[in-house]
Amino acid sequence: MAVLHILTYPDSRLSDVALAVTEFDASLQQLVADLQETMLDGPSAVGIAAPQVGVRLRVAIVDVGPMLESGQKRKPKSSYNGRLVLVNPEIVERDGKVTGREGCLSVPDYTGNVLRADSVRVRAQDVLGGVQEIACSGFESRAIQHEMDHLDGKLFLDRVLSSRELFRRKI
Amino acid sequence: MSDWYMVTVVGHDQPGIVAKVTHALSEGGWGLGESSMTRLGGNFTIMMMVGGVGDEAALAQVVEPAASALGLHVHIDRIQAEMHQHPNPNVHVRVYGADRTGIVADVTGRLATAGLTILDLNSEVGGTSDEPVYVMVLDGFVENGIDALDQALADLSNQGLKIDVEPVDVMMG
Repeated sequence: MAVLHILTYPDSRLSDVALAVTEFDASLQQLVADLQETMLDGPSAVGIAAPQVGVRLRVAIVDVGPMLESGQKRKPKSSYNGRLVLVNPEIVERDGKVTGREGCLSVPDYTGNVLRADSVRVRAQDVLGGVQEIACSGFESRAIQHEMDHLDGKLFLDRVLSSRELFRRKI
Repeated sequence: MSDWYMVTVVGHDQPGIVAKVTHALSEGGWGLGESSMTRLGGNFTIMMMVGGVGDEAALAQVVEPAASALGLHVHIDRIQAEMHQHPNPNVHVRVYGADRTGIVADVTGRLATAGLTILDLNSEVGGTSDEPVYVMVLDGFVENGIDALDQALADLSNQGLKIDVEPVDVMMG
């Protein structure tokens, strides 16, 4: 396993639409393992997508467990499906709208409020190619939508509701 | 290295204010940092971080002709531009209730005592002229958890104000 270099905006590769995974082989398993290690190396990250490390494939990991199991008394509303490895994910149902604050490993220093579906049902393949369908809500739903945006070349900056807390100017 | 100023422009709202004022600044060689424009009670207000090389008088010579032509008032303060040191909010507070004098003072006074630093605050009066409703939302940062904020505001909830204190959970991905 290895901690991979995370691309940061304005690297143009973050705007590329990722390609579908067709080979469910050892290199895919290695990529997932490296993504996991890279995610855990970041600042309280609950997800990561392959394009963030310069790999143009539709692969993402989401695990909101650390957020839900933190010591804080008021935890965010969320489903928890364990660690999710999402290969070629698609949202097949979405319901509700909710605003929440997001940050991104690829956009250091900034956070912003983003409107997302409150709950989604996602169909994805696992690392071996098996098809799974996952129902998610709240914080976990937000994390999945954020990571899936990376697969389509979008950052949360593309969806941010207000610039008030963005574009902090470093002198 | 730039000198930084906070330029405040206030006056009767009309189309084109931002375009004309910022054009004058740009033509004068001054750049913008963060800015915030809003209408308050139908009045135009904007605050802009303006950076460039020159003193307050030089900046005033650039911005005041444009503002005066629009009937606007200008105020300029020299500032330190260290915005990146601001913490992200970790608490969101919503307050509403029948309008009366002192709601903001009552709420923010208790929040300050409980350790909250306000980072962003907006309020307005809605409802009808017979039954006005005051609505305030703010984001802030508190070091030692939000339970203390709930306790500090409890007596106001008993006085007819609806107050919600919620953590701001940042999803990092």
